[in-house]
Amino acid sequence: MIWESLWLTFKLAFVTTILLFLLGTPLAYWLSRTKTRSKPIWEALISMPLILPPTVLGFYLLVAFGQSSFLGSFLQNLLGLNMVFSFEGLVFASIIYSLPFMIHPIQAGFSGLPIHLKEASYSLGKSKTITFFKVLLPNIKPALLTGIVLSFAHTIGEFGVVLMIGGNIPSETRVASIAIYDEVESLNYAAANQLSLILFVISFAILLGVYLLNNNTFKSFWK
Amino acid sequence: MIKATLQKTLNSAEGKMLLDVSMDLEQGDFVVIYGNSGAGKTSILRMIAGLLLPENGTIEVNGSTWFHASKKINLSPQKRNIGIVFQDYALFPNMTVEENLNFALGKNQNRDFVEELLNLMELENLRGQRPQNLSGGQQQRVALARALVRKPEILFLDEPLSALDHKLRNRLQDYILQVHKKYNLTTILVSHDPGEIIKMANRVLVLEQGKITKIGTPLEVFSSKKLSGKFQFTGEVLAIDRESLVSILHILIGNNVIKTVCSTDEILNISAGDKVVVASKAFNPVVTKIE
Repeated sequence: MIWESLWLTFKLAFVTTILLFLLGTPLAYWLSRTKTRSKPIWEALISMPLILPPTVLGFYLLVAFGQSSFLGSFLQNLLGLNMVFSFEGLVFASIIYSLPFMIHPIQAGFSGLPIHLKEASYSLGKSKTITFFKVLLPNIKPALLTGIVLSFAHTIGEFGVVLMIGGNIPSETRVASIAIYDEVESLNYAAANQLSLILFVISFAILLGVYLLNNNTFKSFWK
Repeated sequence: MIKATLQKTLNSAEGKMLLDVSMDLEQGDFVVIYGNSGAGKTSILRMIAGLLLPENGTIEVNGSTWFHASKKINLSPQKRNIGIVFQDYALFPNMTVEENLNFALGKNQNRDFVEELLNLMELENLRGQRPQNLSGGQQQRVALARALVRKPEILFLDEPLSALDHKLRNRLQDYILQVHKKYNLTTILVSHDPGEIIKMANRVLVLEQGKITKIGTPLEVFSSKKLSGKFQFTGEVLAIDRESLVSILHILIGNNVIKTVCSTDEILNISAGDKVVVASKAFNPVVTKIE
């Protein structure tokens, strides 16, 4: 029961982080370079999960994807995809919920690169794609790593969103944070304590790792 | 060989400024664009390189059109065969010296040329180093070598020497002159150092407020009067001690501050910070080797 929920938590964090990385990197790059006037709107939207109560986000997702909604029934009928009270739904919600944690460090990384790096590559005849993968990405490794680790850690710490859209289904949506709540509800403090301690230690270890890696003493390993 | 007319409104510190220039350069020219900061020097370079879009005008290089505003032709920087040495060098930190040069190679280009450049720029011992471990002068040589790998039609140098000390500057100027001649390049250098310009360029464009105000050889441009004196240096006035009949000028020439006496009338329109030519009709100079 404990291990099941822990396993689910890490599976969710892992899948979310990978998808978020693939989605977030181009988005962060676009944000760092765009001159569009709507940029503040996009930035505000992406940062919303930082301050919005997770229940609000969960509630809207529930309304949007519920069986009775147009979008929900459309996905259900066309793709057989049930986004409510399912693992897929959790992944989708987690991506939105952890979006700022992936975007912000990577966007800052791209913005911090000298513009001349890109221009030098162009002037050497290299395409935008080659420049992106061979010049820009390798030079923001610490930012990429920070984004990945923070998104992973933040997804582990999800509660409100999961509760709203995922519920409490063993092996499907009952992640560690929900399981703790569940154990406390049934006055099973020993199990809750065990799970809490594990999450506490893991979260600390992850954040410690990030700060060590971004510390100057460790930077040489990444260059 | 390079014909360009360029127009663009730039946002400078003093508000909007119209950059409006036209130039006609020959193959093998060493051209310097000279002017105060904010005059639009770098913008001209960036427009020819394709990194900045002119509002109007044309750029034609060796018979092919790189940019034509009314015909809507605008080659991407990748398609313009150019080499640029940026002010901050823009070396790729994730690559070694050799990898920086290899990166610049074209698809079917032979690697031998990279070796030749490493050799020429005396970088062979540094080939495995990352740029951040190199000194400013070394980085500059790598940047120069990298810019030459594609055998560019035009080499752009955007004040690459301004951050280096005097001795190193001299050495790098020699490197630049050497490759300019060896590979028969057309080189465009942005500089605001008259000494450097007289040493290197055969043509100077003086840019003021977005307009070219003078074109000519360095000596024509920097000496306002025809002088018969054989000794002639350009320098910057640091201070003027005004006395009743004569004044003492402190002038920075290269790395030396010299003091010279002038009659006060002679220097009425000169003030500290001005660029001046110091000339002397010396008939019997003493030349001594110092190093």
